[in-house]
Order: sequence, then structure tokens, then C-alpha cells
Amino acid sequence: MARIVGGIVTSHVPAIGRAIAGGLQQEAYWKPFFDGFAPVQQWLAEVKPDVAVVIYNDHGLNFFLDKMPTFAVGAAPQYSNADEGWGIPTLPAFPGDQDLSWHLIEELVAKEFDLTTCQEMLVDHAFTLPMKLLWPNAGEAWPVRTVPVCINTVQHPLPSAGRCFKLGQAIGEAVASWDADARVVVIGTGGLSHQLDGERAGFINKSFDLEFMDSLVNDPAWATRYSVEELIELTGTQGIELLMWVAARAALGGVDQVRKLHANYHIPISNTAAGLMLFESKD
Amino acid sequence: MATAKVRRVIPGTPLFDGEAARKGYALNKMCYSFNLADNRAEFVRDEAAYCRKYGLDPQQRAAVEKRNVLDLIAAGGNAYYLAKFAGIFGLDMQDIGAQQTGMSKEAFQARLIEAGK
Repeated sequence: MARIVGGIVTSHVPAIGRAIAGGLQQEAYWKPFFDGFAPVQQWLAEVKPDVAVVIYNDHGLNFFLDKMPTFAVGAAPQYSNADEGWGIPTLPAFPGDQDLSWHLIEELVAKEFDLTTCQEMLVDHAFTLPMKLLWPNAGEAWPVRTVPVCINTVQHPLPSAGRCFKLGQAIGEAVASWDADARVVVIGTGGLSHQLDGERAGFINKSFDLEFMDSLVNDPAWATRYSVEELIELTGTQGIELLMWVAARAALGGVDQVRKLHANYHIPISNTAAGLMLFESKD
Repeated sequence: MATAKVRRVIPGTPLFDGEAARKGYALNKMCYSFNLADNRAEFVRDEAAYCRKYGLDPQQRAAVEKRNVLDLIAAGGNAYYLAKFAGIFGLDMQDIGAQQTGMSKEAFQARLIEAGK
């Protein structure tokens, strides 16, 4: 059977792409952010997962408001990114894992998640930048196959933190029941606190972020006590991207099933509080 | 316009819900088109014609002409799609934040740094 080897949650803002393209990783502004990834890159090099399930939110590359799925699962042979409006360089296509895609789809729908399934799917910076941050030297050949899982954070109503937690749990159970000799890493991207729009633009809530990161270690369902609107009040309109963290962490199981190996938190990266956590599954 | 649900009001914090999605559809569709460089160039060549092509209403057209983010949001614009509009003018998120908060870009950036302390 397949096995989840661990999980990684990280921020994903477009400015990171510009910094990578410009080779700015060691500049004073960026260094505290990029240096945070070294232990995670090293862990990945040692653990060598075969597949990454990447839980992210699309920002208007693959989905427009004409059709806006709450949860969408990729089932494509490969995934490409494309110009999102600011012309950052595109990356080599990411290989899919259609066997895992369809296994996830079967299992999640059986557990009453009414998914949208995508045999063609463009992936935006929320998918590609974490991949680039985690495997900076991948070059033309990504070392993992991928399954994108997209959660709507564009148009309200958004799924609740409780619902995203359950989705994550179901993903974890589905991977564990996948009849394949594969090592799977679960990645969640977004956040942490930030707000791009409105008179409250620039809002950041360090104390909440730190409490939230701590909760992923000690009480992973902690954030599910809040409604989406309460979370937005606490973290900003786009801070709600912590839903991806909630789902990814839930996929890893309970407090006793993982150990936290690494965390980094830095303000600001663009308008955001940038966070990173690495969890390893216990044997 | 009847909405499905009255949402919590968070000061200075727009929630893009069904009401905004209905109101802003044409504007957001135009902004979505800016994913393609050719469309960005076409907009720059003849902005008025491009806005007509997407059927922007007078409020949306005025907000586009003013490059005013709060007005664009009031006209139904969604932050993620408006980011593509901002990209045409080379504006980053600190430019956008400064404009909406009435601060200089330097002051806005300083506030972000302060939030980390």
C-alpha cells in the first residue's frame, strides 16, 4: 500500500517567482524566507517521495467565475502553468499520477465530497512556486509525480475550515488505501495572514499565525472552531488560504502520527506573513 | 438585488460573494482575459474599445479609467482578477496597498515590516 511520508505547508505569493527568476534568494529582503527551505529540501532529498498531492487555490488561471468548483482534483497526465498576467517564466510541465488521481476521486466521492474532476488543468503560482521552492534544482525533470487538489478561495461561499479538515482527512485515508508501492508527500500552499484588497489592505496578524502554526502540531483541528468570516477577520481576506494548511495537515493524521521537523515564519514577503512547516509521518 | 445571505461586515474588508460576482462579472471577465499578453497589448492599444468589447458598465469603465482599486472593488472587481489588471501597469501589491490605504508606498512597506516585530 502507499504511504504518506510527511507533509509540507508553505506560502506561495507571486513575488517569490520574480525573486527566483531574478536570482535574489540571498538578498537581505529574501534571505530569511529562502533560507527557511534548506532543511525541507534536505529532508525531501533523503525521503525521496514518489508523488506529491498538492492542495492549493487557483487565482484565476485555470478557473474563471463562469465555473467555480469548491473542490477540484486534477486527473491529467501532466500539468503546465501559464502566464497569469505578469509574464513570469513558465516552468517545465509537472508529471501527473493518473492512478492516484482516480483513486482519490473514487474515494473522495464515496465519502460524499462532490468534486470537479479535471483531465486538463493549468496550475498557477500557488502550485508551481512551492514546487520550485521545494525542488529548486529539478531543472527539466521534476522528481515527483503530482496530483493537484484545488480549493476555492476566490468566490464566497468558501468551504469551511471544518470541511477542508475533513477533505484532508479523506485524502489521507485515500492515499493509505491506494494499492501502490508509492511514498506520498502532501503539500498545502497559501497564507499566512495577508490582505490585498480594501482599506484594511496590508493587514497581518502575527500572534494569530503563530498560534495557528502551533495548533498544527498540538491540535490540528483548532482552526475549525472559526467560521470563514471569523478567519478572514483574524487573518485578512487572503489569509483564508490557511484552509490549504488545515487540509494538508489533516491528511497526515492525529497529533501522535507526525512530528514537526522544521518551521519558519517571516514578515513581510510582499504583503504577506510567510510561513513554512515540515511534518514527518511516524513509522 | 436580492442576495442569498447577509454576511458579517468586517471594516475595510470586501468579501467577494454572489452579489459582487454578479455585479462584477464583465469587469472580472475582462481582467481574466489579461492572462494573455496579446490581450494586455490590445487593451493598451485601445482601452475604450477593449472595455466596450467586454461590456463594462459606466461604473466599471470609470473605475478602470481612474485605475482606482477601491472603485474597482466597489464595481464588483475581485482581488485575484484585478491583480492581472494591475500587472499591465507594472504595479505590485505594495502599490495597490498604498493606493487603497491612502499611504505612500514607503509608509505602507514600513507598516508591513512593523507587523513582523
